[in-house]
Amino acid sequence: MSTSSSNRGISRRGFLKGAGVTAAGAAIGESAVVAFAEESAPKGPKIVGPKPLSVSLKVNGAEKSAAIEPRTTLAEALRVNLDMTGTKIVCDRGACSACTVWIDGTPVNSCMTLAIDAQGKDIRTIEGLAMGDTLHPVQEQFIEHDAMQCGFCTPGMIMSCAALLEHNKNPSLDDVKTATSGNLCRCGTYPKVFDATLAAAKMMKA
Amino acid sequence: MAEKTTTEAPAAAPTEKPPVPQAALPKNGAEKPKTDTQTYPVGIAGVKIEEEERKVPATEAPPLPINEKLAVIGKPTPRVDGRAKVTGAAKYSADINLPGMLFAKLITSTVPHAIIKSIDTSAAEKHPAFRAIHMLDRDRSAAQTEEEKKDNWPRVRYVGQPLGAVCAPTQAHADDIARLVKITYEQKPFVVDPDKAKEPNAPIIFQGNAEQAGTAGGGGGPKDVKQNGNVRGPVAKGEADKAEIAFNSADVTVELDFRTQVQTHCALETHGLVADWKPDMLTVWASTQGTSSVRDELAAVFNLKKSQVRVITEYMGGGFGAKFGAGNYGVLATHLSKKANAPVRLMLDRREEHLCVGNRPSSIQKLKIGAKKDGTLVAMRLQSYGTAGVGTGAGASGPTQNLYTCPAIYTEDSDVFTNAGPSSAFRAPGHPQGAFSLEQGIDSLAEKLKMDPLALRDKIDDSEARREERRIGAERIGWKDRKPAGSDAGPIKRGIGVAQAIWYRIMNRDSHCDVRITQDGSVEFLSGVQDIGTGIRTALAQIVAETLGLKPTDITVKIGDTNYPQGPNSGGSVTTNSISPVARNAAWAAREQFLGQVAPALGVSADELEMADGRVFPKNNPNQSLTFKQAAKKMKVEQVAARGDRSDDYESKKGPRGKGAGGLGGVQFCQVAVDTSTGHIKVEKVVAVHDCGRPINPMGVKSQVNGGVIQGISYALFENRILDRNTGVMVNTNLEQYKIAGSREMPEIDAQLIEQYWGKSSTDAAGIGEPATVATAACVANAVYNAIGVRITQIPMTPAVVLEALASKQKASA
Repeated sequence: MSTSSSNRGISRRGFLKGAGVTAAGAAIGESAVVAFAEESAPKGPKIVGPKPLSVSLKVNGAEKSAAIEPRTTLAEALRVNLDMTGTKIVCDRGACSACTVWIDGTPVNSCMTLAIDAQGKDIRTIEGLAMGDTLHPVQEQFIEHDAMQCGFCTPGMIMSCAALLEHNKNPSLDDVKTATSGNLCRCGTYPKVFDATLAAAKMMKA
Repeated sequence: MAEKTTTEAPAAAPTEKPPVPQAALPKNGAEKPKTDTQTYPVGIAGVKIEEEERKVPATEAPPLPINEKLAVIGKPTPRVDGRAKVTGAAKYSADINLPGMLFAKLITSTVPHAIIKSIDTSAAEKHPAFRAIHMLDRDRSAAQTEEEKKDNWPRVRYVGQPLGAVCAPTQAHADDIARLVKITYEQKPFVVDPDKAKEPNAPIIFQGNAEQAGTAGGGGGPKDVKQNGNVRGPVAKGEADKAEIAFNSADVTVELDFRTQVQTHCALETHGLVADWKPDMLTVWASTQGTSSVRDELAAVFNLKKSQVRVITEYMGGGFGAKFGAGNYGVLATHLSKKANAPVRLMLDRREEHLCVGNRPSSIQKLKIGAKKDGTLVAMRLQSYGTAGVGTGAGASGPTQNLYTCPAIYTEDSDVFTNAGPSSAFRAPGHPQGAFSLEQGIDSLAEKLKMDPLALRDKIDDSEARREERRIGAERIGWKDRKPAGSDAGPIKRGIGVAQAIWYRIMNRDSHCDVRITQDGSVEFLSGVQDIGTGIRTALAQIVAETLGLKPTDITVKIGDTNYPQGPNSGGSVTTNSISPVARNAAWAAREQFLGQVAPALGVSADELEMADGRVFPKNNPNQSLTFKQAAKKMKVEQVAARGDRSDDYESKKGPRGKGAGGLGGVQFCQVAVDTSTGHIKVEKVVAVHDCGRPINPMGVKSQVNGGVIQGISYALFENRILDRNTGVMVNTNLEQYKIAGSREMPEIDAQLIEQYWGKSSTDAAGIGEPATVATAACVANAVYNAIGVRITQIPMTPAVVLEALASKQKASA
């Protein structure tokens, strides 16, 4: 079946893998478009689709498979094909980070990632952040600080904040603002998101 | 279970039939008078609390003391649904996946003004994934003339207007198929600029009088308003002549012009629903602020009994006024479900969300204020035009009419139709616009009078709540160190500003609930009311818990379902005011039944029992106690249940304005830094002091205050719907182009609450959503004036606008 080598040139936005990083989600540069053209034009990549193909994804440590069209984004595959609806779609173009998941430990916009490009990678979603019944400290502190209102941005917000704490054990307020600079919230939870994340960092050090 | 008996059950809990919800019954069979006289705390906690008597219906729960004396109400309480939200377990309408469910896509107009000549669906229907198509006969969200009601197709009046929808097994296929529908238009001249649309020779958008239906949250202008070309209005309030005469007696007048932009709601979950049509029952999962509003509209459109329509909104991804009723999308999804014989999910995409489901109208305002030398207001006049696109209701006169004491107030509101998406209610309709003008006018008046802006407000504002809010806020922002306007040296100039909010204590008496206590000790609260992110689910758990001596987490709150008793729609900050007294009354009635059931086991009468700290005990012998669970096991029936209803507000001696009893207040202060070389404004700190009657959950209330402030800053500095005047196309329909405030723009926000008691209901609680966003844009503008000494009278205050204002000041002084 489909392998990672079949991705080159056919992915709608595969070239944006790097640009899918949360804080830079909206930064789609012209250089990326050039790269796409150079990569795809002469080599005659293997054609897949448009019919559905079987795709297997490793989500929160479990192998899952689904028959999907190659154009299906990871966000759509998670939400519809795997019924893991914790990951939200808001803008569907990398502008709001509501769909943030981790791929091999890096937060990415799953609406900007094709599901076929995520094969063979370690995908972590909001459903897989807690250890059984024990919430991740960021989740716990989001509840304690009321860092949510409607809750629709919350999964993406938490995935961004938890990723920050994976890499930075002692973040400043400014670090938290940077980590969430791609995450839009319309209810206005940012101040409490900052407080919750800083409190979680303290909790993880203790 | 063995204790269950039919012979010893008191009248309050019949066991022949399953328990049914019922109003509070007379205690121990004694007849009660229809009204009681009760004593309520009235005033502001920490300032002055007095006791006042009220005549209240006998079914009301007894008065609560002020928050300080309560165990659960008024204490910061984490959301009871927090865990579901942080783990991704919470299911929103957009998350509903049903077996065999199809996905729908809107078919929308591509031209701004046209008559539809033909619709060719043949190519769409040949697509292998095609399942069904439905075309609308009219635009349900926009205004409409009588004449066009006969038409087969909707008149096209803006780009992105919903015309129909298709469905298919995947979203991608539905999107493909929607593009195959060919529509032939006879195009007509159009206009998107309200200034141009006002002109006599402008293309006419509605031939004949047009009306837009309002919603529970507002939206839709007044009815039967005269229409001249594209101008609908004015709707006048007050006496023009009286105001003109009064201006003659003024020592000082200020006259200013203001402009505010169109703002879109940008709720993160778009409008939409999943419709599951079955021959005997339509079930809908809707992203709505009013479960019953969706039920009512679908029942009417499809000629169903309301009992045949069930609407569920367990979790809802944000609503700021635009999500009421079924909408075009809901009617389309239901038609498709019926035609395809399968459940259909229709969630709008982000572009559609920007275009066709509402926005805050723009405004063009002319304000005049006249005052005596001591600040006393003598007259105010506001003339406002705004565009609600193809909708109505762009008025902005609320604050001028209601905020200050003034003997002669005259206002005129007019709508200007344009070829743009219809407006809808948006968080405090008309008020952020109206406060933007009025509160800058008052600031300007204070300067002319050489008065401190707070001292002037102390003089002209009779709200005791805002008086206290000004005092608290001034202290926290450091008002006494505020410098004269534009006095900072160097390119970055700082300033401090203040502005005030007004909103109204609105409630909906059609608010009901059941509270049930079951033998295993479980307690349920059931109502159709929906939690749109405000945290009402948690507040209701707190109220029931307080009444039964339990913890909020002991209460299972089941809401957002029309199978439960009718709940209020959540718009206009009515929810808490409407449903919280109902919860209290029902919990109290359930408590009385419960104690009646368990009293024999404790060998006392129900009257002698108290409930607190999770225990039931005789008042005079707290040691002889049962846990709540143990006590529940002693019930002779499996379940007791009580219905709660919203009685009218208790009679109060206060007039509509005194003590702010007619309204909700709020005073906001902020500090800004303006870079005069780039024109960039940074809001550094906001102090927002608000009142909402008795705060039930201060933690949730402060979250909403933060949200109101942040939306207000976003409105003041960034947001703007931009339409291309040559094509009528909105050019910024996604979130990377339509800028809303993000983490980088966050100031420090200091949200403060005062507790104000009126003695108006069994909880005395009110909402906070709307007042929290009314003052912010004006507050930022006043702070910018204090920073740079130039008054900016239009929003968004982009760097270009700031630089232009600075340049015009230089020109003027040169």
